[in-house]
Amino acid sequence: MSDRRTTWIQHNRVRLALHELQSGTGRPLLLLHGLGEATPELVPAGLRWPGPVLGLDFTGHGESTVPTGGGYTAEILVADADAVLARVGSVTLVGRGLGAYIGLLVTGARPELVRGLAITDGAGLVGGGTEPGSPSIVYPEPGRTGSPDPYALVELSRDPRPESYVQNFMDFILDGSELEEPVNIDTSLRPPWIETLLGGPGVSRDPLAVALDRFAAIP
Amino acid sequence: MEDDEVEFPGARRPDRRRWVDSGGVRLAVVEWGDQDAPPVVVAHGGFDFAETLDVFAPLLADAGWRVVSWDQRGHGDSDRAALYSWDADLRDAVAVLDSVTEGPVPVVGHSKGGSLLMYLAGAMPHRVSALVNLDGLPSWGRMSDVADRERSRTLRREIGSWLEHRRTLVGRERKPGSIDELARRRGRMNPRLSVEWLRYLVTVGATRSEDGWRWKIDPTMRLGGFGPFHPEWALRHLPGLDVPFLGVLGLEQEVMGWGTRPEHVAGFLPRDHRFETLEGVGHFVHVEQPQRVADLVTGFLS
Repeated sequence: MSDRRTTWIQHNRVRLALHELQSGTGRPLLLLHGLGEATPELVPAGLRWPGPVLGLDFTGHGESTVPTGGGYTAEILVADADAVLARVGSVTLVGRGLGAYIGLLVTGARPELVRGLAITDGAGLVGGGTEPGSPSIVYPEPGRTGSPDPYALVELSRDPRPESYVQNFMDFILDGSELEEPVNIDTSLRPPWIETLLGGPGVSRDPLAVALDRFAAIP
Repeated sequence: MEDDEVEFPGARRPDRRRWVDSGGVRLAVVEWGDQDAPPVVVAHGGFDFAETLDVFAPLLADAGWRVVSWDQRGHGDSDRAALYSWDADLRDAVAVLDSVTEGPVPVVGHSKGGSLLMYLAGAMPHRVSALVNLDGLPSWGRMSDVADRERSRTLRREIGSWLEHRRTLVGRERKPGSIDELARRRGRMNPRLSVEWLRYLVTVGATRSEDGWRWKIDPTMRLGGFGPFHPEWALRHLPGLDVPFLGVLGLEQEVMGWGTRPEHVAGFLPRDHRFETLEGVGHFVHVEQPQRVADLVTGFLS
């Protein structure tokens, strides 16, 4: 039985659901789900954190608003996550799949507020490759509505993630973070954007539990 | 209280108006010319709207075309959406094409609208019979001589200011003002356009309420933003085109333009192309020189 508590954050015309899976004091752990996923009912097994554990439902996912007519970008999801930082302040991030990529961009945008990012496998990890493929016009599954938004499923599975762009964000993290190794990667899949990170400084490759213990010890 | 009608020589409001649905978003479609004339579909640029064609489109209509255009989502009279993206704008463009014909049709796009239709022609070559691009060829232009480190600093600044913008959107409205005030504000984006034209534009692109005029454009939209977009990606859709292509480039540099020079584009032009550069004309080629550009377009399409 879930006893998660939900609060709401207004991001322009979208009402975002922010769930508290575990209460406590100190810096929260914020879960960013994968593409087509939602915040789980319970703290995932094997995930230890001494303070509060929160989960954001991205736009068009979980209990957050499903907008009309699509128009998703990775950048708008970054602003979703940033809306949570505006509310709760400093966090440690765990991202699954697409949420891991969004986590990287958020950490680059707010390196002083994100005290550790853990990148894990999950839906939407690969994205659209390092540059766009042949042009195409994408439509959602006909007749399907509701959450997760079928527009999100098609639009957010093909966003290009060039190495130089990813490197820019990693540079922002290295410039702005006080942490020696602010990013941890514990994934089986290694798409090019993850390979880019693995080739440079500031990245640890510990099992998730070990990385979270390390992030938790950071004041 | 001011008059809400301002005359401008040659300007003609659309002959017909209708709505097109795109995935639940209502798009305002406008038309000039004989309903039974051969259609040409025109796409406006970013932060613009269909009725900036009020001089250019009637010239095409008078040359025998049924001119169809639409306000892109969030612009003009079309619905404001929760989200805006390239993919969404493309679906909207296809919805408008579908409302005109299932067959191929000549298309004309200015600025972002030119880029959009160039992409559409690449994705759906069976829907486009000729492509006209009015100063809508993005290139490294301006960026090419900027060092990597400076580009990275620019990106960081953009992200910061864009996220701050996103944090302040709830309940946002555009600033009201008189016709002259709105014309002056627009003039900062369009320094080469006449005050008379900008005043006319206010009366078709803004609405009046008790406290003054407000531009119709979604107040939560903002120029800029960030993303992995590389200008050269847009040009990649050109070489493979198998329909006639007319590119028009205004050589006068200004704030809304992309700084594209003919040499940036030369390597991408398709087999069947015409390429015109206009000296002393800015980014809004069809607004600054409506007759000259309309002649180019109708000559090319006939």
